Formats: sequence, structure tokens, C-alpha cells
Amino acid sequence: MSGPTAEPRPGRFGAFGGRYVPEALVAALEELEEAWHEAMADPDFVAELDRLQRDYTGRPNPLTEVPRFAEHAGGARVFLKREDLNHTGSHKINNVLGQALLTVRMGKTRVIAETGAGQHGVATATAAALLGLDCTVYMGEVDTRRQALNVARMRLLGAEVVPVATGSATLKDAINEAMRDWVTTVERTHYLLGTVTGPHPFPTMVRDFHAVIGREAREQLLERTGRLPDAVCACVGGGSNAMGIFHPFRDDEQVRLLGFEAGGDGVASGRHASRFSGGEPGVLHGAASYVLQDEDGQTLPTHSISAGLDYPSVGPEHAFLHDSGRATYAPVTDTEAMEAFALLSRTEGIIPAIESAHALAGAVRVGRELAEAAGGAFAADDPDRPVILVNLSGRGDKDVDTAARWFGLVDGEDLVEAEALKAAEPVAEAEGSGW
Amino acid sequence: MSALSEVFDRCRAEGRAALVGYLPAGFPDLETSLAAVRVLAEAGADVVEVGVPYTDPLMDGPVIERAASRALAGGFRLPQVFDLVRAVREAGAVPVVMSYWNPVLHYGPERFAADLAAAGGAGMITPDLVPDEADAWLEAARAHDLDPVFLVAPSSTDARLRSTTQACRGFVYVASTMGVTGTRTTVGGSAATLVERVRAVTDLPLCVGLGVSDGAQAAEVAAFADGVIVGSALVRAVDEDPTLEGLRAVTADLAAGVRR
Repeated sequence: MSGPTAEPRPGRFGAFGGRYVPEALVAALEELEEAWHEAMADPDFVAELDRLQRDYTGRPNPLTEVPRFAEHAGGARVFLKREDLNHTGSHKINNVLGQALLTVRMGKTRVIAETGAGQHGVATATAAALLGLDCTVYMGEVDTRRQALNVARMRLLGAEVVPVATGSATLKDAINEAMRDWVTTVERTHYLLGTVTGPHPFPTMVRDFHAVIGREAREQLLERTGRLPDAVCACVGGGSNAMGIFHPFRDDEQVRLLGFEAGGDGVASGRHASRFSGGEPGVLHGAASYVLQDEDGQTLPTHSISAGLDYPSVGPEHAFLHDSGRATYAPVTDTEAMEAFALLSRTEGIIPAIESAHALAGAVRVGRELAEAAGGAFAADDPDRPVILVNLSGRGDKDVDTAARWFGLVDGEDLVEAEALKAAEPVAEAEGSGW
Repeated sequence: MSALSEVFDRCRAEGRAALVGYLPAGFPDLETSLAAVRVLAEAGADVVEVGVPYTDPLMDGPVIERAASRALAGGFRLPQVFDLVRAVREAGAVPVVMSYWNPVLHYGPERFAADLAAAGGAGMITPDLVPDEADAWLEAARAHDLDPVFLVAPSSTDARLRSTTQACRGFVYVASTMGVTGTRTTVGGSAATLVERVRAVTDLPLCVGLGVSDGAQAAEVAAFADGVIVGSALVRAVDEDPTLEGLRAVTADLAAGVRR
């Protein structure tokens, strides 16, 4: 049996998706759609993309089992898909290389991009350097401060970084500014959109460039365990890493697809970016989806400790998966994410991006729920222990400053002395359900 | 015959182009914006576009973007747009609304159309809604005798010029250049070329927007278009002189321009 039909017509996912853009951009979107379809049918293009993914990005990246971390997740087996080990440090490069090659194929000489955490901007600046393209990256002024390291990286790579001070000075405003640039320069510029949002064909095209994540993970997990995972966990900002890992599992009905949004200070506080808890259907940045908006349809400000999840809308296919029930979405607060951030660092020696830490917190929550339903933590020698696959979408180098402040390490304290240690208590001794 | 058709017929009979002026609702505050649209109508605008301030105006340059932010920070609420529509109507010009799609979608397209029609509005311009996605709006507009106005751009293919103008009523908004709203030193030859292309596929009046700021530019555009759309220059005039005398003067200059 196959899953629900996601695309009744191109660019539509049930009631979501579409192309809500100024007429001036329609021709460019049609050109892009055509170039993308032609490219994917061209063996030379596909071979070139495969070569770059192998020799430049370093694919396939590993699937790592994390048993010490998993002790805190009810004893389930937890596997991480290591997108953090890609060149540039996150999954973003998968889509960027595809679109950068398309840019060259369309005869355009310049790429522009929006970035929140800076990972997409860094990946775009990298591909631009590799292929000899001019590159301008728009970044909210607030984000340029909290991700200063990535701003420096982009500039080292030769990109121009434009801080955006309008609106809330975060990711959504960077997208507005990139759109304004694009509508003015579209003849020679490709807007290298970094996630599965925006007008058609971006949500489908970006998903397809990232689907390599799920294809590899599925194959690696089958080879390693002989079975499919019980749950796939991913963080969801715009939702590209989640779509990339979810898509190849969409027809495996026994596999739960779980997306974790930025819960910020908690949904009740109003300071969050949980579109499926606090938002409702609307249109933003070219697509119909769930949008955090007020009673007049004005976009609401969002909050997350993670710049990459701090966005008021979400990819339209996620909205479809949510409404159809195929995927489930839940918020993870800043505190929960930072606990998981510390936990993975301390138990496995892997420092995750704060974005990815939301997925890790989700995995801990799910593992504990499964253990609770089974009457207690799973034994390490239990052959039927559930398997949880987590997309470790990025590494935490960029977040060390934020984390040091969060854990009070800036004055030279040991992490051992910090609050985070509490997160490292095994599940048996843990109090309540802080996850 | 719709109010927009009438005003363009009248202008044509007078051998001139229409002046279409844009001001955002609630800028810099509700009272001043009500006074400003009256001044605009009295000083010679034939059609007044009442803009709905929106948090994410991606078709707008810095002048209108900042005005929208200020209106929202000042507490603008969507139903106030209908007060401005009424004020324009009372002052003798034809009111249309210009809005990004999400505020209208959230209000409910049918309800918005009903309230706009009741306030005396003639139609709506939708900068981020192309006819391909506009089924709900086209139906609501038809039900309430409102004219849907869509944009065409220099990048539009001939096929799209045809399909887009077929969905328009009242007039067609011809975006003169590729870019966002804002004043430009020259409006450029691309506008005339585009107008010529659009004339080949429709008999609707063609109004040219993006970049016009003074009477001389208005006269230049009026030579080949049926209407001249001015926005950022008016917003700046309101911003620089809250007594609105500056707005009156700029509008009078533009009104003279379309009659040259």
C-alpha cells in the first residue's frame, strides 16, 4: 500500500503550496522548473551532482549508533544520520550543490540566498566559490550577531553578507529582502532558496535534492539492523532536513515520522516558532502553509534559541503531512533542546547544532514514551528494542558561543558544575518528564 | 459599468490619462491617513489606492515598507481600511484597495469583498496574487461587483499577458520595470514597450506604476498609458510634511502632468 497522494497537481500538496508571488517572478519560476526537470533527466547533470556529493561533500556520510546517549532514551536503539559531517557542516550543501549547478546550466552568473543560522549561507557561499558565481547572502541583523562565526565564514568565502534590519530582523525578513533583490535582478540572478518553503518548484525541488539523506539512511539502517526504524526524528524550521529524511520513508507506514519545532520559551508563553501548535493556514513567502499570524493575518514575531528554526511558516508539504496525519509535529523548548545538546556532547563526544538538538530531544522523549508503554526501560540485550533514527542535520561549532552563555561557561566554569549535568541522569533516575 | 470603467472613459473623453495615487492606511496614524486620502482626491487623483499595511511586503521598496511598519506599530487594524475607502468615495475619487493576499485570506475573501463593496470600493489590486491562484478572490469579487486588478511585468510572456489581462477588470496594473516600489530618476523605455505588448492582447485601460515621482515623469508616461500610478513619492510627501500641504502640492503637480 502506498501513502497518501501528496501532489494532486504540480506544486500543490493538498490545500498547501502553490505560487503566491509577484507576476514579475513567474517567468523565472517557470524557467527554473523547466531547467530542473531537464537537468534531472540529463545523465551528465546527475553524474556531476553525484560526483560532487561524493568527492566534495563526502557522501555517503555515516550512520552512527549512539548507545550511551540512548540510555537516556528509554534504552531504545538510537542512530544518527551524520549530516553534520558533510562539507560545510550541515545538510544544506545537498540542495545548494544541486541548485548551484542549475544556476550555471541556466546561464546565470549570480546567486542570492537567505540564511538564518548561517548554514545555508555558508553552503551557498561555498558552492559559489567552487563554481565561480557571484554571491550575496541576506541575513537578519539579529542573526548576524548570534551567528557571527558564520558571517565571517561567508565573507572568507567571498560572499557579500547583507544584514537585514527591517521587520523582526530575522530569517523571514532576510527572505523578504532576497525576494526584493531577485525581482530586480532576476535576469542574471538565481535565488538559491535554502529550504522546502517558497513558491513552486522550490518545495519539491529542494526536497528532492535532500532526499539523498533518507535514501542513504534507510539503506544503512536496513544493512545494520535488518529492519526499518520505528520512528524518524528531525527538527523542522522551514523543514528541508526533515523532508529529506522523511521522503524515502513516506510509504513505510509502520515508520512514524516525527518533526520537532522550536518551542522557544514554551508555546503558552507566545515566544516560540511552533507553527502546528500556534499557527493556522495562511500564505507567506509564496506558499500556502501553516503560518504564525495574528487575527488580521499579520505575521507574528517568533522566538527560538536556534536561528535556523526561528521562522513563522513551514514547508507546505509538512502542512500536508500534518493534516493527513502521516507525520506528527511537536514543540521542543529551548531548555529541552539545550539539555539534549549537552547530553549528546557529554555521552558521545558529538556537539550537535542547536537546531538538530531539537530532534535529539524529541528522540529522547519518544524513546522514554516507548519504554513507559512497554513497562520500563528496554534492556541492552533485548533484540526487539525499538529503533529511532535521528537526522543530525548539522554540527554545533557555530553554536559554541551561544551554548557557553547558556550553560554559564563564559567565566571558565566547568560544564560539570553547570545545570546541564541534570540532563545526563539516566532515565531510571530521572524525575518527571522534563523531555 | 463599473466605477473604474467610468473614470477611465471620462479621462479618455478629456483627452488625458488618469492619476492613480497610492497611500497606505494608518500611516503615519489613522487620522492623518484619513485626511491624506481626502487631500489626494481633492488635489486631483482620479483613483486612490488604499494600501493595506502588511508585515512582509516583498514587492515594496524602503519608503512603503517603512510606512507599513509604522502603521502596524501604530496599531493599524484591517477593518480600518474600509474607513479610508469611504473617505475616498466621499471626497469624490474612486477607491480601490491594494493588499497582499494573506490579510485578505485570513479575513475571508468573501467577507472582505462584501465589506469592501459596502464601503464603496471599486476593486482590489493584488501584488502577490496571480490569477492562477486567485479562484477564491475572483469568485468573491464577481459576487460583489468588484474589479480584480492583477499586475503584468516586463518578464511576463505573451501567453501570461493574455491570461492575466483576461482575469482583470477595471484596469491592468503595468509594472514599468523589474523591481520593487520606489521612485526612480527615469521610468525608462521598458514601460512603453510593455504597454505596447499589453495593448496587443487587451482593450482594458493600462495604468503604469513603479517609479513615477513628479509631473514631468507623469506627463511622459501619460503619453502612452491610460493611467499613471504614483506611490512612494506621495508616501514621502506625507512623511516629510504632516500638514499635508506637501502632499497637496505633489499631487497637483502630478495632476497637471497627466493633463499635459
